[in-house]
Amino acid sequence: MAKRGIREYDAKKMLSRSLTGYEGMVALMDPQTDPAELAKRKPWLKQKRLVVKPDQLFGKRGKHGLIAVDKSWDEAIAWITERMNKEVEVSSIKGELTHFLIEPFVPHEKEYYVAMRVGPESDTIYLSKSGGVNVEELWDEVGTIEVPVGEYLEGATVDKEVERHFEEKDRKMIREFVMELYELFVNGHFSYLEINPFTIVEGKILPLDTVAKLDDTAEFECGDVWGDLEFPIPFGRSFSPEEAFVNELDSKTGASLKLSVLNPTGNIWTMVAGGGASVIYADTITDLGFGKDLANYGEYSGNPNAEATYHYAKTILDLMTREKDPNGRKKYLLIGGGIANFTDVAKTFAGIIRALKEYAEKIKDIGVEIYVRRGGPNYKVGLQRMRNLGENLGVPIHVYGPETHITKIASYALSEQRS
Amino acid sequence: MSTKEYELFNRDTTAIIFGLQANAIQRMLDFDMACNRDKPSVVAVVNENKEGWHKVFWGEKEILIPMYRTTRRACEAHPEADVMINFASFRSAYRTSMKAMEEDSIRTLVIIAEGVPERRAREIRNKALTLGKTVIGPATVGGIAAGAFKIANTGGTLENILEAKLHRPGHVGFVSKSGGMSNEAYNIIARNTDGLCEGIAIGGDSFPGSTLFEHVMRYEANPNIGMIVVLGELGGREEYKIVDALNDGKISKPLVAWVTGTCAKILPASIQFGHAGAKADSNEESADAKNEALRKAGALVPKSFDDLDVLIKETYDKLVKTGKFKPAPEITPPPVPNDFSKALSEGLVRRKTEVVTTITDDSGEELLYAGVPISRFIEEGGGIGGVIGLLWFKKKLPKYATDFIELILVLTADHGPAVSGAHNCIVTARAGRDLMSAVASGILTIGPRFGGAVSGAAEMIKGAVDEGLSPAEFVAKMKAKGKNIQGIGHRVKSVRNPDKRVELLKDYAARHFNKTEYLNYALEVEVITTKKKDNLILNVDGCIGILLLDMMCELGFEKEELEEIIANGGLNGLFLLGRTIGLIGHYMDQKRIKEGLYRQPWESILYSLPKEKELETA
Repeated sequence: MAKRGIREYDAKKMLSRSLTGYEGMVALMDPQTDPAELAKRKPWLKQKRLVVKPDQLFGKRGKHGLIAVDKSWDEAIAWITERMNKEVEVSSIKGELTHFLIEPFVPHEKEYYVAMRVGPESDTIYLSKSGGVNVEELWDEVGTIEVPVGEYLEGATVDKEVERHFEEKDRKMIREFVMELYELFVNGHFSYLEINPFTIVEGKILPLDTVAKLDDTAEFECGDVWGDLEFPIPFGRSFSPEEAFVNELDSKTGASLKLSVLNPTGNIWTMVAGGGASVIYADTITDLGFGKDLANYGEYSGNPNAEATYHYAKTILDLMTREKDPNGRKKYLLIGGGIANFTDVAKTFAGIIRALKEYAEKIKDIGVEIYVRRGGPNYKVGLQRMRNLGENLGVPIHVYGPETHITKIASYALSEQRS
Repeated sequence: MSTKEYELFNRDTTAIIFGLQANAIQRMLDFDMACNRDKPSVVAVVNENKEGWHKVFWGEKEILIPMYRTTRRACEAHPEADVMINFASFRSAYRTSMKAMEEDSIRTLVIIAEGVPERRAREIRNKALTLGKTVIGPATVGGIAAGAFKIANTGGTLENILEAKLHRPGHVGFVSKSGGMSNEAYNIIARNTDGLCEGIAIGGDSFPGSTLFEHVMRYEANPNIGMIVVLGELGGREEYKIVDALNDGKISKPLVAWVTGTCAKILPASIQFGHAGAKADSNEESADAKNEALRKAGALVPKSFDDLDVLIKETYDKLVKTGKFKPAPEITPPPVPNDFSKALSEGLVRRKTEVVTTITDDSGEELLYAGVPISRFIEEGGGIGGVIGLLWFKKKLPKYATDFIELILVLTADHGPAVSGAHNCIVTARAGRDLMSAVASGILTIGPRFGGAVSGAAEMIKGAVDEGLSPAEFVAKMKAKGKNIQGIGHRVKSVRNPDKRVELLKDYAARHFNKTEYLNYALEVEVITTKKKDNLILNVDGCIGILLLDMMCELGFEKEELEEIIANGGLNGLFLLGRTIGLIGHYMDQKRIKEGLYRQPWESILYSLPKEKELETA
């Protein structure tokens, strides 16, 4: 998947292993952490004044009142306890707070900015003496260094930028810092790294806020650099029981099964084979102006067996036949897909057919119109079985093959809805 | 090998495949056949584990494709191949790709692996740009030059390929990020134009080895291509290069474009589409913005994907009217033989079998012994006697019979180290040979004088009874023929020193068999023979053979069946099986106590050689 955010805690641990003079005094609290045990392992927690903030891949924590500064250990714990497992809304995303980062509180004057980004032709390093929350407003002051693919970061290049931006006394240290940080950036296969701000305290560089994204495909190269870290699920992304069930199906088989419920009361449901095709169906529904009615997004691919396909289909059918449409509309199920390379269409349909049979009564009761479109190996048999099923069950199933444009079933269904 | 800048593949293009991908190679060759190519498009395979030859079908014939351990050696041997298709895993794709590009003869490199780190992918592209080579991928199915050359699994099954008319070139150039959708795109193109000329899937990563823009510009330069279709994706800024080229007037051919991912705006930001690169980091990278920019620059952009087919058709029809090219003629592809297994599964062919078995079936979900699933056999308490009944005689034997068989196995398992079988086994084990050799050397000793008289005894006694000879007549007849009666006589056992094993067998039969016609007859024979010599007793081999005869009669074996079992030496099998247990024991024993090489002591040998003189002939 590449480009995945990691916790500030893990990022800072990584920094402490690579940067001269940064000790990486950080502690992480999650719902399972025993504060007493944590304080025993990290005695500085009780000795220093502390800063506390959520560590869940979202920014603008200050603006949302989610940073506590200059707290004692007891105050910090109280602050966390008050918020642990509570829902908050950040930049219009609602989510539960579960992880908090604790660091020593360090009074400081200057706030500097450094960021690194991977681009198609080069890595870009951004450097500014005016860091902090206003860095975007002061973007003119940010200096950039490009490191083209296949080249190394030259000390002289860094010197030039550092001279332009920083005071004489800090230059050597900042130059070393940038060099070391870039080395970590490269060796750790970061796709993005931002330290905003960092400061200088007692002759040492101290990163204050850190955001990092890693290229997770490089895990096999980076075990040592990364250490023991996990890729947290994005803030606010929680899984309904049905989504969690499909996640589990997905992890158990070699095939790919994905489900996101967007709008449980939507009346357009999709069951699409293939990642590319699933985007195209969702696109078309959106582009035709029915995005708000799209109930789910997902796909099945990679030749799932009939059992897995059955459970996947059943999950979707169950969700869509729980209640009648609140506005009295029909519901539509699009069993779509492009032309498969090697997947036996008749075989994958077997699981879907089994689920449809099981839900036939509910489907009729709720009023579901089904549209099928698919091609590939053995598609004629698969489509014929779908047609027969519709006749036998008395359920309206409209079946199309490769002679019909892939997304036409969406427009057929939607034109019915329109009229 | 192609020399034109804009052309990566033609009908003479040949490729080296890194990784032994038997299916992909076969599919390429089947495509070649459907295109009427003169020569296979795959000339060599690089297999780091093994060199030699890889067997493939070229039409209905089999041919060998050489297999090398290194890319270097494959390239040296096949300098005409300018394409490498790299099937290395995501772990080794970088290393093997960098190596491949060092070969002068490789002009195009295709990387199939998904999950190549982005930083590595960037290096691969950088090297390709420096060396003036083209990289397709990573994370791609590849691409296809219709009627000329197909990369690996592109296009799916041959049926798909023919339906999408990929066996002959049309006039449409296609490039997409997605490989999964390329089949669908070829279908759309085939149904609305005269077909595809060339199609490339660049792969879904953020930093592909070659870009949408680069392939569009190749198509622009290719005089065989009349119009271009691009399927982009949200994320990245690649499509803006096409926008710039359109604005700068660098693209003269009609260009139909669509950027997928317009639904991103209604999905939660945290949903990642399948492709690594499919994520918009800014509004400019969104599908809507890119579609709008392309439209403004003069590309033909539909309102939604749903109208893409109509737009392609309109564009094509207009183009044909200008008379710039003539629609490609339909060509009926030559028939390509079906794979046997596929045809078989579809019921299209049948063939005679070479081997018949009537006892075991391992082809289903569960192993069957003479039709009985082994789990049920075990549930029903079946033991080794029951297995022998099923596999040797194809019968479910009653308990008294299976117990009797097991009794035989117990009694014949071993008879000490002095008997010839065990002795040979020990000598072989001590000579340092392995289990199989030592046991085989013991088994090979079994014959008419040692352990192998089971069948012989049964045969002789049965013959005598069937002929209606009295025991006395039988003994007299054998004497007249100068033949020993098999199963009679023992080296050490005698009337006064009876064989306990024979006693146990007789005792079992007395208790469990209804009648023992053959045993009774043999015992009458024994009465006569022991009068002549004390040790001419019914021995253990004989007793086993004759009681098995009685048992099989009692179980109702057909006469022919019974005679066949005896004639084929089937009854000797029980001694062979039983004694193998002992031989294995002797082998393990000798190894355990680490006995050295056995040598017959001189004093136990009589040396009796002729004098040299006696050898002289007249």
